[in-house]
Formats: sequence, C-alpha cells, structure tokens
Amino acid sequence: MKISEIAKLLNAEVLCGEEELDREVKSACGCDMMSDVLAFVKEQAVLITGLCNPQVVRTAQMMDMGCIVFVRGKMPPPEVVSLAEKADIVVLASKERMYVACGVLYQNGLSGGSVLHG
Amino acid sequence: MPAAFCTKTDCPEVVCSMADFVRLEYDIDGENFTSAGEASVKVKRSLRQMGFDPETIRKVSVSMYEGEINMVIHADGGKATVDIYDDRIVIVLADRGPGIPDIDLAMQAGYSTAPDNIRSLGFGAGMGLPNMAKYTDEMKIESEVGVGTTVTMVVKV
Ligand SMILES: Nc1ncnc2c1ncn2[C@@H]1O[C@H](COP(=O)(O)OP(=O)(O)O)[C@@H](O)[C@H]1O
Ligand SMILES: [Mg+2]
Repeated sequence: MKISEIAKLLNAEVLCGEEELDREVKSACGCDMMSDVLAFVKEQAVLITGLCNPQVVRTAQMMDMGCIVFVRGKMPPPEVVSLAEKADIVVLASKERMYVACGVLYQNGLSGGSVLHG
Repeated sequence: MPAAFCTKTDCPEVVCSMADFVRLEYDIDGENFTSAGEASVKVKRSLRQMGFDPETIRKVSVSMYEGEINMVIHADGGKATVDIYDDRIVIVLADRGPGIPDIDLAMQAGYSTAPDNIRSLGFGAGMGLPNMAKYTDEMKIESEVGVGTTVTMVVKV
C-alpha cells in the first residue's frame, strides 16, 4: 500500500514528508508503548500511535519505520514534526481512534507483518 | 590515552581513533526527557556511515536507546561511551544515580519503578533492561545503591 492511500483511508492530514507519499509499505504496528515497539517490531514500516512526544519519532527512527500515523485527533507539537522531517519520516494525523484506524488499514490489505520473538 | 594515538576525524563525537577501535562519547542530560535518545540516534548514524549491516546497527541502537532512556528517567543522566571495533561494538552507560538495589528483580520483564508521567509518554513498561539483554550478545550491570550504575553491553558483528 502506498502511504498516500493510508492518508486517504484515514482522512489524514499530511504534516511532513509530502514528497514521500508514493513510498510503498507492507505492514504496520499500532502501539502506545514504545518499549513494545522496540521489542517486537521487525519490518513494519508504519507506526500508528496515540502518543505525541519526541520519543515516538526516535523509536520509529531506531526501528527504521518510515511513517508515523498519529490517531485520535492528536496534533504533534511542531518540534516533533521537525524531528520526524529530519529523520525522513512521513507524519500523518488522523481523527480516527486507534482501533478503527488499524481496522480500516488491515481490511484494506496493510498486514501486521511478523514479529520478533525471544 | 596518549595524544599521539589520536587522529581527528570529521565526526564531532569521535574522541579517539586508535589503531583498532573508534570511540564515541556523549554526555546524557538527565534533566531532559525530550532530548533523551539523541546520542543513540548519532551512534546509529555513525555506524551507518561506517558501513555496518542493518541488523548490527539495530541491535546497538535499540539497546543503547533503552539504556539512555533509563539513565534519564531513573538516574539524572550520565555518560555513554561506544567503542567500535571491526568485530564488536561495546557500549558503556555510566551514571551516578540512585543505583539498583536488586538487579535480578530489575531484569524481570514488567518490573518498573518508573512514575506514571513516564508511562504516559510510552516508557516505563519494565521492558527496557530485558530488551537490552535480548538485543546484545553480552550485558553486565554493575550497581551500588547511592553510588551509581554502569551497564556494559557488547554486540558482536
Ligand atoms: N540506570 C539506572 N539507575 C537506577 N535504576 C535503574 C536504572 N536502570 C534501570 N533501573 C531500575 O530497573 C527498573 C527496570 O528497568 P527497565 O527494564 O528499563 O524498565 P523501565 O525503565 O520501564 O522501568 C527500573 O524501573 C528502575 O527501577
Ligand atoms: Mg527502561
């Protein structure tokens, strides 16, 4: 799925990375606990979260995730967006709740991918 | 380290480039949760420039990042030293924080003394130390209550 399609399905605003919307992503992870993202993400390229602090961006950066979707209408502060911009991460903001956002994307073919074990 | 062995490179964090390893050093600001993780991001960038494989880079950056967060939320910051050899990367995180009274307990998945405000920021699930152990080939914790904690991690390349 292209990131542009994620934006369309979630009726999301693109906060940065406009020029990267054609990038293809295969799987995603919906999570508010950053340590869980750090523990289990393998190749998921999209992080869907309700948190809006700089550590969300750094976590995505550590895991080479190229797109963050902020849900529940959360608007990340400008410094969070600029941090993501510097890290080449596309940032979307959607009014959908976490459960609905994940469900819509899953239903449209964005899988959960596999996770790290052990 | 004798100054004669030092070669300046264009990487600002490189403290010393010896015959067989490169050392990166960072002061971790304990006052500032917002900047926590900056050193790990820089290490990740350096390793990528040096041409390490993505798997090694991820192991080092995730374990250092969790350790850096710990120094900020539990220990008022400290010092991070990363020694990069051809066959291994050694990360040393040293702080003068409160120390860890029971290391076995601290290592248990889910054990955390982090305050609620940290939890609402996405950390404090008690998964940091277990993650660090999982991503590294060797990990050693030395800690004395009231004196500080030093975590040493080795990732083999
Ligand atoms: N550098 C440190 N100094 C003092 N205590 C620490 C340090 N690192 C970890 N701890 C203790 O070990 C516990 C478990 O750490 P961790 O597994 O990273 O979980 P979390 O950081 O989510 O609480 C912490 O809650 C804290 O009590
Ligand atoms: Mg921790």
